[in-house]
Amino acid sequence: MKTDSAWKAISTWFGGGSIIWTLLGLALLLLVDAVWVKDFFTLEWRDGHLYGTPVDILHQGSKVMLLALGMTLVIATGGVDLSVGSLMAVAGAIAAWALTAGGMSAASALPLALLVTTLIGSLSGLLVAVLGVQPIVATLVVMVAGRGIAMLVTGGQILTLQDPTLRFIGGGYFLGLPFTVTLVVALLALTLFLTRRTAFGLFIEATGDNETASRFCGVPVRLVKVLVYAFSGFCAALAGIVATGNIHAADSARVGEMMELDAIFAVVVGGTALTGGRFHLLGSLLGALLIQTLTTTMYNLGVPPTVAPVPKAVVIVLVCLLQSPVFQARLRTWKKAKTPEVTA
Amino acid sequence: MSDSDPALLSLRGIDKSFPGVKALQDVALRLRAGEVHALMGENGAGKSTLIKVLTGLYPRDAGSMRLAGQEISPASPRQAEALGISTVYQEVNLIPALSVAENICLGREPVKWGCIQWHQVRQRAVKALQRLGLQLDVTARLDTLPLALQQMVAIARALEIDAKVLVLDEPTSSLDEGEVEALFSLLRRLRGEGLGILLVTHFLDQVYAISDRITVLRNGRLVGEFLTAELPRLKLIGQMLGREPDAGQAAAAPSTDLTQVSRPVILETKAAGFRGGIQQLDLSLRAGQITGLAGLLGSGRTETARMLFGIDPATTGSIEIDGVAVPLDSPKAAIARGLAFCSEDRKREGIIPHLSVRENLILAMQAGRGPWKKAPLAQQTELAQRYIATLGIKTPSPETPIRNLSGGNQQKVLLARWLVMQPRLLILDEPTRGIDVGARAEIDRLIAQLSADGMAVLLISSELEEIVANSQSVTVLRDRRAVGHLQGSTISVAEIMKWIAHSGEEAA
Repeated sequence: MKTDSAWKAISTWFGGGSIIWTLLGLALLLLVDAVWVKDFFTLEWRDGHLYGTPVDILHQGSKVMLLALGMTLVIATGGVDLSVGSLMAVAGAIAAWALTAGGMSAASALPLALLVTTLIGSLSGLLVAVLGVQPIVATLVVMVAGRGIAMLVTGGQILTLQDPTLRFIGGGYFLGLPFTVTLVVALLALTLFLTRRTAFGLFIEATGDNETASRFCGVPVRLVKVLVYAFSGFCAALAGIVATGNIHAADSARVGEMMELDAIFAVVVGGTALTGGRFHLLGSLLGALLIQTLTTTMYNLGVPPTVAPVPKAVVIVLVCLLQSPVFQARLRTWKKAKTPEVTA
Repeated sequence: MSDSDPALLSLRGIDKSFPGVKALQDVALRLRAGEVHALMGENGAGKSTLIKVLTGLYPRDAGSMRLAGQEISPASPRQAEALGISTVYQEVNLIPALSVAENICLGREPVKWGCIQWHQVRQRAVKALQRLGLQLDVTARLDTLPLALQQMVAIARALEIDAKVLVLDEPTSSLDEGEVEALFSLLRRLRGEGLGILLVTHFLDQVYAISDRITVLRNGRLVGEFLTAELPRLKLIGQMLGREPDAGQAAAAPSTDLTQVSRPVILETKAAGFRGGIQQLDLSLRAGQITGLAGLLGSGRTETARMLFGIDPATTGSIEIDGVAVPLDSPKAAIARGLAFCSEDRKREGIIPHLSVRENLILAMQAGRGPWKKAPLAQQTELAQRYIATLGIKTPSPETPIRNLSGGNQQKVLLARWLVMQPRLLILDEPTRGIDVGARAEIDRLIAQLSADGMAVLLISSELEEIVANSQSVTVLRDRRAVGHLQGSTISVAEIMKWIAHSGEEAA
């Protein structure tokens, strides 16, 4: 009885029953890794740092995890944010420009990049909430414009830089783990605080579930929408700074390319419906982890990176199908249809 | 046009069922050439189902349809059109971004070698419009025209094929008076050309202004066919609502409390209105009094509620709260002034389906507190449990998603949502629709209790008995205007029906 309710609490925390399939998918992948990839689970403690493939997955997956947290809230309102990949490039470009040509210190350059990118992100929110533009169109506009702004800031060049703070954020170690892990945990804590300790979470879920009824209750639907897109921009800025720190350069043309799609996959795989409503932040992180594990596994198995998206797509479709209540119902009827044959 | 004329279109014994509902049972309709025939009935009477059967959108389960003596069974609107039955639906269903000519010929463009003959398209459009006595630039985009002209274009499109029967579903609901008159002179002209016109409308005045015959449906059954000239309004309403107007059933109206008039007015509208909704409305809502808002479907009942609650803000006149004119331009503003509104459309405008009973119950309160001052979970649960107990809401737990509850229990949660706010004026639009009898009585009792505690209540219902049984004051609406105010012992079903039938005229 007690374990029952504890299990229930855990499963709602992770996104209801559907998250089981995400966990199962992850477990299956890890099983494949354990069998076919040599030394996959081998961890090594060297110079106070932890090394190994699992640590690498956490580090590599951190950008999508950061994006997924913001994306979860946007999707929960019934929208979607396609601009996050471009906004990563914007944040990277501004940070690099401020640190080099601007001559600023990291202490002022990074907040500047965060602020400007968040403002650009909130522009999508204004388009959606005030002008009533479709979220896909609004964020597509910002996606295209953002890439342009990033190119403009870096003058179309790849800006290389050697800043110790940026280097630490992108590749440093903290408490024995890559600093990016700490960053993800911190952003998760912040997001949980903002949504669950205040009423924003309730307002977001109500807006996504039934916008008209929410408005009739006095829920500030527009404000909620502007804020979720702004927050998504903020998350994208963090991911962009991490990406820039990873490669010690602001590559406006390539940074964050197609990453908005990974973030959307992570949210969907994590149990938040694209139609809006209930959202599951931990589920989204788990989804991001699943996608990164998949990528790393394929790399380790020697699948050429050019064809890697194909198996990735297959896995995502499978997980989404298994989560779908319609598909589950159909599975049950298949089973039922089969049982009489067995007994007969 | 005598009765011996063979009917142009004749429907007999039409049955149509949907899972769980018999939408039409043994319905008949006879439409003669050269007449305007009104199809009347309240919500759920089966008017739109009948039209959809007639135009081939729904297959009929039983019965026969004859057009000019020939048995027909259209399987799609396209086939119905080919047979000569053309329909103009309520919402102008043309394509705003295409030109007038393209709209008129859409789907039946003249084609040669796989190419549309644009020259012919324009010629045909001009000809179709000329038939209606209209001269328009047929290359203009449709959405550059006023709504009334768009409606005419829709009719031109319907007549561009060789139509014998023209079906108009609520053609006037978005038109103003002058535009309605223009449409009617067109209909008279088409009637003169021998067309059979079937008209669905909620506006009584318009029915009497244009129609020759009336067929009344009620609960999916045929009530009867009448000559308009021989059917007094009061009788028509009696037929639509299913009761005799002169049965003298003055249901037990609550006795007038003499102190009532001296009760403070909470909200007063002065000639308030908005286009397409309600016009020139004067309404006083007093503390501790239940005011009923009666009228037929489409008379402006729900529109009044939406205007007061700031969903469709008043564009004319003013609304005063405690004697001070206030701008009620959003639900948020209305809630801040102490108003609350339970919509008739629970599913679309009331419940947040996947959220729990608790979350649904505290949502308005939390919205009022703003996002930062979140009500502690313990307080939320306490509130939810208290209202679950006092209103007798049947739910496994406060954490059950509200969509798993029955309609009556959902309605109680929505009521509780507003009771938490302790509003000064509670607007209830069809609070007992789709709710079983037991829960209905409970909700009525609750409303009476709230009123006794000093809340002003505006009760909207299509069931006159419900209005009569609960209200101390009744305002009757007709064709988007308030036409009568009843007080205390003068409130009865018969009296309300008289006012619905005869605005301003001597009540017969």
